[in-house]
Amino acid sequence: MTDTDYRRVDDVVDELFARHPPQSTEPEEFWGAQYDLGLAWVWHEEGFGGLGLSRKDQPHINWRIEEAGGSTENRLSNLLGIAMGAGVLTTHGTDAQKQRWLRPMFTNQEIWCQMFSEPGAGSDLAGLSMRAEPDGDEWVVNGQKVWTTLAHVSKWGMLVTRTDPESPKHRGLTYFVVDMEANGIDVRPLYQITGEAEFSEVFFNDVRIPDENRIDSVGSGWRVSLTTLMNERVAIGGNTVPRGSGRIAKAVDVWKRSGSADPLLRDELIHLWAEVEAARLTSARANELASAGVPGPEGSIGKLAWADLNKKITSFTLDVMGLEGTLYPGGYQLTRPTSFDTSMPQKAFLRTRANSIEGGTSEIMMNILGERVLGLPGEPRVDKELPWKDVPRG
Amino acid sequence: MSVSYAPTEDLELIRTTARQFLEDRIGLETVRELMMSEEGLDRGLWKEIADLGWTGLAIGEEHGGAGYGLTELSVLLEEMGRLVTPGPFFASAVLATAAIDTAGDDVQKASLLPRLASGEIIATLAVFEEPRGWDLPSLATTATADGTGWVLDGAKPFVLAGQQADVIIVAAGFDDGIGMFVVPADAPGLDVTETPVLDPTRRQADILLNGVRVDGSALLGGGESTISLRKTLGIGTACLAAEQVGGSQRCLEMSVEYAKTRYQFGRPIGSFQSIKHRCADMLMKTEHAKSTAYHAVRVVDDDDEFAIAAPLAGSVCSEAYNWIAGETIQVHGGIGFTWEHDAHLYLKRAKASSLLLGDARYQRQLLGQAIGL
Ligand SMILES: Cc1cc2nc3c(=O)[nH]c(=O)nc-3n(C[C@H](O)[C@H](O)[C@H](O)COP(=O)(O)OP(=O)(O)OC[C@H]3O[C@@H](n4cnc5c(N)ncnc54)[C@H](O)[C@@H]3O)c2cc1C
Repeated sequence: MTDTDYRRVDDVVDELFARHPPQSTEPEEFWGAQYDLGLAWVWHEEGFGGLGLSRKDQPHINWRIEEAGGSTENRLSNLLGIAMGAGVLTTHGTDAQKQRWLRPMFTNQEIWCQMFSEPGAGSDLAGLSMRAEPDGDEWVVNGQKVWTTLAHVSKWGMLVTRTDPESPKHRGLTYFVVDMEANGIDVRPLYQITGEAEFSEVFFNDVRIPDENRIDSVGSGWRVSLTTLMNERVAIGGNTVPRGSGRIAKAVDVWKRSGSADPLLRDELIHLWAEVEAARLTSARANELASAGVPGPEGSIGKLAWADLNKKITSFTLDVMGLEGTLYPGGYQLTRPTSFDTSMPQKAFLRTRANSIEGGTSEIMMNILGERVLGLPGEPRVDKELPWKDVPRG
Repeated sequence: MSVSYAPTEDLELIRTTARQFLEDRIGLETVRELMMSEEGLDRGLWKEIADLGWTGLAIGEEHGGAGYGLTELSVLLEEMGRLVTPGPFFASAVLATAAIDTAGDDVQKASLLPRLASGEIIATLAVFEEPRGWDLPSLATTATADGTGWVLDGAKPFVLAGQQADVIIVAAGFDDGIGMFVVPADAPGLDVTETPVLDPTRRQADILLNGVRVDGSALLGGGESTISLRKTLGIGTACLAAEQVGGSQRCLEMSVEYAKTRYQFGRPIGSFQSIKHRCADMLMKTEHAKSTAYHAVRVVDDDDEFAIAAPLAGSVCSEAYNWIAGETIQVHGGIGFTWEHDAHLYLKRAKASSLLLGDARYQRQLLGQAIGL
């Protein structure tokens, strides 16, 4: 960021703080004011939560807010909206759509979820079956989504559907924003290996979506989905965190408290720390290069690296705990979790097993890096030019 | 030294009977019920298992057992590992039984082994005190002579099947080293609290000993028994390795089955090399695990070779199982991360079992000593 940008951003931040003291203002009100001043997504246009600056100016703003005792908690509790939905709306949405959805998204009044995956379509998202058929100025939607994180608390869902089964699979998709309170939507909890249900199965039975909630043109759902996924990968893998923080900090902490004098464990811990630092510096370097707009396929490097590291670190942490690692304080309860807290190492070990699956599997990340970044030839495709209805499904 | 790994008729019979019984009576549905139940054990099933002769399989005929050895016993463990069978079998029929068998005198054996064989009592072994104290550093639990008996004081926070056991064999330090004391679960001063565990198919308890009095006859072998205790833990490691083999094999089968039937991009996911190669890797690791576990149980009577074979199996099998169980989730994608799918039962069993008697690093330390490195 240039010096003038810094000064400009800092001036606006000062103005925000002066009018809405971060420590004493209700978060919702503070986030509203932050949005109105263009500090929500600083790279957005003015009027839509931004100042038309660069994506990489945002961390500085977040840092200033946190330092002043304000909250950036909305970025976590409405992660799918703020990190992904917003990018979709700015890239593909109409002004009316941005007007309607961005502000309450940022203030956390309306939570968003992502309804892409289906029982038959995970990695092969473009193979999905959920059907949307036009009916006047509405669409009628039938089918099932699965693994929908936060569906049970969401107001809006990002939804990809099939509108043309005769076309090859990538061409017959259309993207909508659906009201999760609409008639015909049934959200059922799906429990994960921790016993908690962060995600759900969502059944659609003749759900009606007004055409004004369609994002981009009919048949361009694949393009909009890709924008969503690119934003997702950056959201998952692209954050620049402070050195030695997060899961590796926990591992270091557990190791210190164990009083271990075992040189083997120490070496492994330092090895992990070094790998984390390499990944962290890579994220920092990539963020610096990234400009405004849609993130590129390089985002998959961070996603791939953190998935692997999180799994290794949390497994190692249990080893350091030895027999204590075999305990599970509190036991397993089949519940809807109220937080994503994984400070308990045993739970972190279990939860991180999904890191190499959620948001695109590590195998898919490697395919993207191999094919889209390195330009290696793709696998022979049996499904690409076939009408979707004729693709083999096992 | 020539060891044969080919399955004998007896071994085949034990395996097929065990698989049949486990699949019919303790399938994964039942495993889930027991896993979430209060006691984690169905005493009726335990009786059935005992009546089949499993609890006495490796106990001598003179003590009411079937007189088989570790090789036969390990087949049961392998089959139980395949179905993550819950309950105290490993604690009672392996660890406690081996402790009595290796350290006990004739009178003690005659009094305890028949009751273990018949399933009348469940026993366990309480040894470890420190989270990574598998090498038995000086124990803080002590035995103090008191007239003709002993008084035990200390804490054992990680006792397998502690709450299910009728008899707890407690390792305690005294003048001569480590002794193993047979303590009835209802002894005054003994406090047993169940602790929630990562792998709820295998329960643990936190045990406190507060001035627990036992007779002189409670001390196994009448004296110090560090060597027997180490041998017992080696037997435990070899049996656990067999159990890990069973789990690995089942995970491999689940993964291959899914890779053949799950379609994405118009083809079975097993046609993608990253999945196909992963399955092939699982196969290789499972076969290596089998080889080391089968070898260990067959050389248990050769102390020098067993000192190599047990930690070899312990390190190879627990690493294999941890990796395979983790990759089984990966091959299954989202569905593998659900409570409903069975993959997590194996993941939890794999991780916990690799920490029970010493992780792979610790096993390699033992191996290093045994091969003179
Ligand atoms: C905790 C969690 C939260 C989630 N939240 C959401 C959400 O909010 N919204 C949503 O829409 N989805 C969500 N998902 C779903 C997630 O995106 C999918 O699980 C993921 O894309 C994988 O799809 P799948 O589960 O169908 O596995 P599959 O695609 O069936 O994959 C099975 C295995 O095959 C491999 N594979 C598949 N294709 C290839 C290939 N071409 N080359 C090599 N290997 C391949 C995979 O890598 C995997 O190992 C979530 C998942 C989890 C675990």
